[in-house]
Amino acid sequence: MTQSAGAVDPPVIELRDVSKTFGEVRSLSGVNFAVNRGEIVGLLGDNGAGKSTLVKIVMGFYRPDSGGEIHFHGRRIDDWSVARARSLGIETVYQERALSEKQPIWRNMFMGREPRTRWGLIDVKRMRSESARLMSEHMGFTSAAVHPDNVVTTMSGGEKQGVAITRALYFDAELVILDEPTMGLSLSETKKTLDFVSGIKKAGKSAIFIDHNIFHVYPVVDRLYVLDRGKVAGVYAKSEITMDELIDRLYRVARSGSMD
Amino acid sequence: MATGAIPNRPVDNRIAPPSALRRHGSQLGIIGVGLAMWLAFVVAAPAVFTNLDIYRAFAQTTPQFGIIALALTFVVITGEIDLSFPSIMALGTAAFCLTTAYGGAPWWIGIVCALATGAACGLLNGLLVAKLNIPSLVITIGTSFLYRGLELVLMNGTGVPLTADKYPAMHALLRASVFGVPVQTLWMIAILIVFWILLNRTRFGAHVFLVGDNPTSARLMGVNAVSVKARAFVLVGVTAVFSGLLTSIYGYYFWPTTGDGFLLNTIASVFLGGTSVFGGTGSVVGTFVASYIIGAINAGIVSAGINAFYTQLAFGLVIVISVVLQTLIERRIRRQSLTGR
Repeated sequence: MTQSAGAVDPPVIELRDVSKTFGEVRSLSGVNFAVNRGEIVGLLGDNGAGKSTLVKIVMGFYRPDSGGEIHFHGRRIDDWSVARARSLGIETVYQERALSEKQPIWRNMFMGREPRTRWGLIDVKRMRSESARLMSEHMGFTSAAVHPDNVVTTMSGGEKQGVAITRALYFDAELVILDEPTMGLSLSETKKTLDFVSGIKKAGKSAIFIDHNIFHVYPVVDRLYVLDRGKVAGVYAKSEITMDELIDRLYRVARSGSMD
Repeated sequence: MATGAIPNRPVDNRIAPPSALRRHGSQLGIIGVGLAMWLAFVVAAPAVFTNLDIYRAFAQTTPQFGIIALALTFVVITGEIDLSFPSIMALGTAAFCLTTAYGGAPWWIGIVCALATGAACGLLNGLLVAKLNIPSLVITIGTSFLYRGLELVLMNGTGVPLTADKYPAMHALLRASVFGVPVQTLWMIAILIVFWILLNRTRFGAHVFLVGDNPTSARLMGVNAVSVKARAFVLVGVTAVFSGLLTSIYGYYFWPTTGDGFLLNTIASVFLGGTSVFGGTGSVVGTFVASYIIGAINAGIVSAGINAFYTQLAFGLVIVISVVLQTLIERRIRRQSLTGR
């Protein structure tokens, strides 16, 4: 497996021999997957290849079938859950569907980890003002519904994605998972999202980037996993493969199920 | 909240904070309906409605269902419903009677046992709904029969007198007046304040909204939906028992049928108060005001000398018109938001 710089450290997250079965359907089988510190890893594959199952295991939503292992900074962790993953600094940016549409922006921003005052009550004032600050500093959408009291339904797709990304960024994530973050976005919004992904790397943090669009994925990643029918069909460092070669191989994978 | 929090930004009317009307539209609506109805009553029967007695009357009776409605608001915001609270009222009060009248325990032990019974009933409802994913509409009909049946068997279908000479402390707590204000309404105000803080200023409350709005996203963000829903049902269980005690002490007697007739008033208060049947939005203040509107219709119609047969007709009109208005207002607000006003 190709390692990028800083490979002496154990990977931030590593899955070993992970499988996931839903009833009769085997979504993932025997997958090995790792993300190193400061590395952006792309995840490519057709619908049903297992991309989304894989990231849902990484972020603690699904538990792998028995036999699979999850290692965080080289330490094996058995009680993996969303709350555990988030407390260790793994944040996920979902497609816009993971926002609570009827709630104001400030509630969405701090979803699941609302800051509290020393009386144990949630700090609504801080949630509002922090949201306003984040919206203007990090999102910079000039025609945005940036008031923290606005409900999410009133925002455009890009603005919603901005909230989802800013939310992940705010909590000082060590590993950010981006699940098709450019879906349904305009050109300028897409560019902003991709700039954000590059920014993660500059900050010395890691990311997993899932997207259908290889033209979005290729420029920003260090390494690429290609999934097919629940298996890892190939792992490439970007230096090893040009975009044209990659496209060619993806076509072949789609047709025959293997890279060769 | 000032727009000045976001400086140096080109003017975009959507940046403006949502107006008070937009944020509190349904609550303002219900307060308007309440005022209009009150004026109508004053005009129709000035002699009755300028006399304090009528207000005392519904300040005593409205909290009997209004307190449960406040708790039910939490359950409805999570996108669920509880139809078993009338039976919990009876079962919890039965627990009080069994420990005190039959068991000889002091009144406060009776209260603890009663409230614990309510909490247990609520917890069972909550776990069946949240853990097993059974639709609450279905399962709480089932538990409703279960709790009622248990109560009837335990009490052998008989009632218990709860007179002031036997239960002086209970009567002082649940039936007295403070400076002329019936203590029932003081309890309801106190519970409103506690529940407002619980809903709007605690993590639990924040998660109630998230779970009801988009359960998937709440789970993806690590919110424990099972625990949130279970706790909401426990709130209903505990308040139902409190209300059962309030109702029984008010009537000096525990009837094995306690809770009958409470179901629709209570649920109507929640929906009339602007809490959405679809979950994710709602307000305890709205429920509070709506409870008194429903309580006032009852007392108002009778005291205005109108035939009591009109009560249900008036209920129906107020509820249908208010809910239609709320829906229209909300739709209008949403359209304004999408088009940038």
